[in-house]
Amino acid sequence: MAEEHDHEHEPLPEGVPPVTRRGLLFNLGLGANVVAASMIGIPIIGYVFSAVFKEKAQQAWIPLGRIEQFPEGQTRLATYTNPFRRPWDGFVADIPCWVRHIENDNFQIFAINCAHLGCPVRWFPQSGLFMCPCHGGVYYEDGSRASGPPPRGLYEYEYRIRNGHLEVRGGETPNLSESV
Amino acid sequence: MKIFASIYQWLDDRLALGRLYDQSIGHRIPASASSWFYVFGSATLACLAIQLVTGTCLALVYVPSPEFAYASIEYLDYTQPFGWLLRGLHFWGSNFMVALVTIHMIQVFLFGAYKYPRELTWVVGSTLFLCVIAMAFTGQGLRFDQDGYWGLEIVMSILGRIPFVGMEATHLVQGSPIISGATLSRFFTIHVFVVPAVIISLLVIHIRLVLLMGISEYPVAGKKIDPETYREDYEKLVERTGERLMPEGGGKDLVFTALILTAIVTCAVVIGPKIPNGPADPSLIHTVPRPDFYFLSLFAVFALMPPYMESFSIVYLLPLSIVILFAVPFISRGQERHWSKRPGAIITVVLVMTSLVILAYEGLTSPWSPHMNAWSGVPIQPQFVQGRTPLEHVGATIVQGKQCRNCHSIDGTGGKRGPDLSGVATRLTYNQLVRQVLQGDGNMPAFGRHLSPYEVTALVSFLHTLHPENEPPSQNSAPEPAPPISTDPY
Repeated sequence: MAEEHDHEHEPLPEGVPPVTRRGLLFNLGLGANVVAASMIGIPIIGYVFSAVFKEKAQQAWIPLGRIEQFPEGQTRLATYTNPFRRPWDGFVADIPCWVRHIENDNFQIFAINCAHLGCPVRWFPQSGLFMCPCHGGVYYEDGSRASGPPPRGLYEYEYRIRNGHLEVRGGETPNLSESV
Repeated sequence: MKIFASIYQWLDDRLALGRLYDQSIGHRIPASASSWFYVFGSATLACLAIQLVTGTCLALVYVPSPEFAYASIEYLDYTQPFGWLLRGLHFWGSNFMVALVTIHMIQVFLFGAYKYPRELTWVVGSTLFLCVIAMAFTGQGLRFDQDGYWGLEIVMSILGRIPFVGMEATHLVQGSPIISGATLSRFFTIHVFVVPAVIISLLVIHIRLVLLMGISEYPVAGKKIDPETYREDYEKLVERTGERLMPEGGGKDLVFTALILTAIVTCAVVIGPKIPNGPADPSLIHTVPRPDFYFLSLFAVFALMPPYMESFSIVYLLPLSIVILFAVPFISRGQERHWSKRPGAIITVVLVMTSLVILAYEGLTSPWSPHMNAWSGVPIQPQFVQGRTPLEHVGATIVQGKQCRNCHSIDGTGGKRGPDLSGVATRLTYNQLVRQVLQGDGNMPAFGRHLSPYEVTALVSFLHTLHPENEPPSQNSAPEPAPPISTDPY
């Protein structure tokens, strides 16, 4: 029936494919599926990539403890709670850092991570050095690079003092892509 | 018996079992392909089967949350019936799989089996190889012990070196700005759902390509591949000498696979699974992270490479080496397949494997890492302190107390980062020693700010005594001021 109907029309110029009911349906179906797939796909991409977008908690001031816990002239290990903590995070939410109390309100708060490949550096007060157990990076007490493969000194977190409490902006593990 | 025959016929009529057999394990291969060198692919496949079965079983108990991951592994090891065995099978299965897939690739490379018309089989196979490495790494992370945690941290630092989007890349993989429960969930998902799905899909393509192109005939020196006639010749060869893969051609595969499976079971029973080295608590920083053996060579490269090359190598050379791996069939287009006519191929394999093995050994011993407890835990032998002055004894104490031994050995014990100090006085004069200690040099930190003048005098006086009996300490050819022997220590 359809073919007979088509014959009533003028023949199409060469090179232009005839619009058939089947072809139209196929293209319509394909298009509708692309739309439907993107309705499903875009939220999925948003779900997976949501970790990339900056969150407010990243900039949060996180309490580290009272100033008295960090005697002047000493460097001590402190831990703070990851501001993104989820109930099932366990002790992985306890993030360590090195707090160096220089004098009065002067502090340096170093990320635990070696600037080379992120291993935990250890503080040796006797020689005033931070040493990394992975590839042997060594830093001076002020965090500057002393020797080994690190391309820079230790990362420093911002800090502030509020009502005798030390607070740190440590909502993000630093790496070489930033602040180099 | 008749009833079985009629059941088979009924099934064959609906499922075309006979045709399936003819086209798969019953397909005809050249007789020369039935070789002991051709058994590694099927053995890798057997490892995959073990990994899929044991992995599925482990997932019945394992909990991918930081709070319980470690506890559930302990439960598997000590409480769950056969849990230790399944963890052992999965661990050793992965080790064997990494080894076998590597040997399989080397064999294919040396036999020129990636050449026309099997280029895509190589490309798909290389992707499978990368997937296996990805499985090995993510699996090691799921153990979520200290090595697992810091291993993740190392990979994130590597990702962080990507220009412009380094931070975003780490956050995407971590699932949060700091390694957390979201990171473990992501690695679990990648290890259990994503990569296995990719592996199975690619394996289907890999095997389809093997069946389409046929298993390559054993190479003959001097016999060249001519794309014009190769397929015709191959068909003739199969027609002339061909036999079915199963049961004629594949006997060696079966024997070798059985050997490998037995070896995996033996290792799992005798040596057992890798015991996690403490829960992943980032605040326990007294840890010495080391990767599983397949990443030891990479771990060593990062220690030995000059710092200025590192970011460049990570961002460009690592991806480039993967591109080269994929491009092997398109770079190596010679028509010769036999290794005796391809010295370049042999040199490549020897060079790559020697480097990997040496680097892995270096990674295992890590001579570049300070021995974190050497200063407090390593003794000093009597011959290095006997007959010394009190000042020199103080110097020996300072060598220990200022952590010199963490990087420097004396008589072979202690760190290997810096030179052994046993004969240091033969290499540096008194004044050079003072300068080296105060200002540091090359790879040595400066200790000037943490040593009083008295301590420097004591330390260097001691170091100046470290020389063999019959070899005097080195001294300037020009007269130098006399060493300030402790007349006025303060």
